[in-house]
Amino acid sequence: MMRRTPRPLERLMGLFFSACGLTAVAFVLLISLYLILAGVPALRETGLPDFLLGRQWSPTAQRPEFGIAPFLLTSVYGAAGAVLLGAPIGLLCAVFLAKTAPPRLAAAVRPAVELLSGIPSVVYGLVGMLVLVPAVRRCFRLPDGAGLFSAILVLAVMILPSIVSVSEAALRAVPPEYEAASLALGATQIETVFRVTLPAASGGVAASVVLGVGRAIGEAMAVLMVAGNAANMPSLFKSVKFLTTAIASEMSYSSGLHRQALFSIALVLFFFIMLVNVLLNRLLKRKGG
Amino acid sequence: MSEPALLSVRNLELWYAPAVQALRGVNIDLPERQVTALIGPSGCGKSTFLKTLDRMCDLVPGVRVSGSVRYRGKEIYDPCVDVTWLRKQIGMVFQKPTPFPMSIYDNVAYGPRTHGVRDRPRLDAVVERSLRGAAIWDEVKDRLKKSALALSGGQQQRLCIARALAVEPDVLLMDEATSALDPISTSKIEELIAALKQRYTIVIVTHNMQQATRISDKCAFFLAGELIEFGDTTQLFSLPRDKRTEDYITGRFG
Repeated sequence: MMRRTPRPLERLMGLFFSACGLTAVAFVLLISLYLILAGVPALRETGLPDFLLGRQWSPTAQRPEFGIAPFLLTSVYGAAGAVLLGAPIGLLCAVFLAKTAPPRLAAAVRPAVELLSGIPSVVYGLVGMLVLVPAVRRCFRLPDGAGLFSAILVLAVMILPSIVSVSEAALRAVPPEYEAASLALGATQIETVFRVTLPAASGGVAASVVLGVGRAIGEAMAVLMVAGNAANMPSLFKSVKFLTTAIASEMSYSSGLHRQALFSIALVLFFFIMLVNVLLNRLLKRKGG
Repeated sequence: MSEPALLSVRNLELWYAPAVQALRGVNIDLPERQVTALIGPSGCGKSTFLKTLDRMCDLVPGVRVSGSVRYRGKEIYDPCVDVTWLRKQIGMVFQKPTPFPMSIYDNVAYGPRTHGVRDRPRLDAVVERSLRGAAIWDEVKDRLKKSALALSGGQQQRLCIARALAVEPDVLLMDEATSALDPISTSKIEELIAALKQRYTIVIVTHNMQQATRISDKCAFFLAGELIEFGDTTQLFSLPRDKRTEDYITGRFG
């Protein structure tokens, strides 16, 4: 067989593609490096335990305190609440799309769900601020509707599309033989979905939920507009600040240690998201293997 | 034919689409507690026919069935028939072994649990009886909690038979249940079928004519959606009445 030497243009294009690939990696590395360099000084100053567990965030006080426990817990509660609401709805929507909907109806609903993910988060925030927050205020007779509860509702809607699409793909990947075998044993279609299809797709479903957690923790803009933005320890109807919104709302006027502390928050957020991604990859691998 | 017919089929026609007819005017009486083999070339409608007997053909979108199938005198295509009840009476084993991705125990217990058995000792008893009935108990009794997917293909297929037996069916349909298995596993399942016919009525689709002669009492030859000939297996293979049957069993078919 003849050995082919690559043509010059081919080689050039190859190099070009490699360079593009490396650029993406380079940005990740640069951002990570910058976050670590910018975030560590404030952590040194306040001490990691005090920073993470401190309940008081008063960066501009006479004696400033930098405890981010309110933000950390708010982010965790917010994501948990959003998943608690969004996951069952998203999962059942996926079951509907993949298994029970007539093909025509599914073909109409699926693009609608996908459109949900295309809506800019500032629009979610706007609708939340103008419609949801006043409604929450009236429903629960609160002085102000902006708070953790409203943020959870907005986040729950925002994570729906990722939960629906990943779960639906997982459900569709279940071999039809499983379902046929279950039906042949006299199970109904609903029994089959819940006792055979969903367990068989559990890896992908779990991945979709983790993906939703990641989105919920990382979201800033929409949450900023409905959460009230006071550095309170989280409570369902209190005005709260998330890790993301703390950075977004204070960066513009901060300076000195305060500014450095905001970078430390970004670093914490970064590790949070990394953790979620590792978990996600584990789950996806388990599904494959 | 002196045996009472358990499944009585009259003028059965099936279309997969308006222009795609898969069964044409099938008339047949399947006797109780015997093994009936369905033979014929690929695409002749024998698997389709099998699926009409427990209405698994309903799952195909756009399918249309006309004619009559009576099970113990009851018309199974009557709209008021509960399909889950029918499929509990008439179990099916597929060509490809299809254990669920769960433990061996849970696979066998799936059917009984679906039909409302929750009591643990009773489930244990059903699982053991079914696994013994499918001649696989001794191989798996020490690892009932392990995943069924770790079993070999032959074991998986016997597990699927056990799973079908666990709902205590009356009829067992087998769609080329041994064609994906090696000869040793195949002979184990053939022995199993011979034992099972004491209690169950068995209908098996097979491409293997030696298998049909080995295990079946009755044999039905299908061609292009029609039932060409049906009779005692020994008679059908030694003295076929129809020229087309003779051509097929002697291998003179394209």
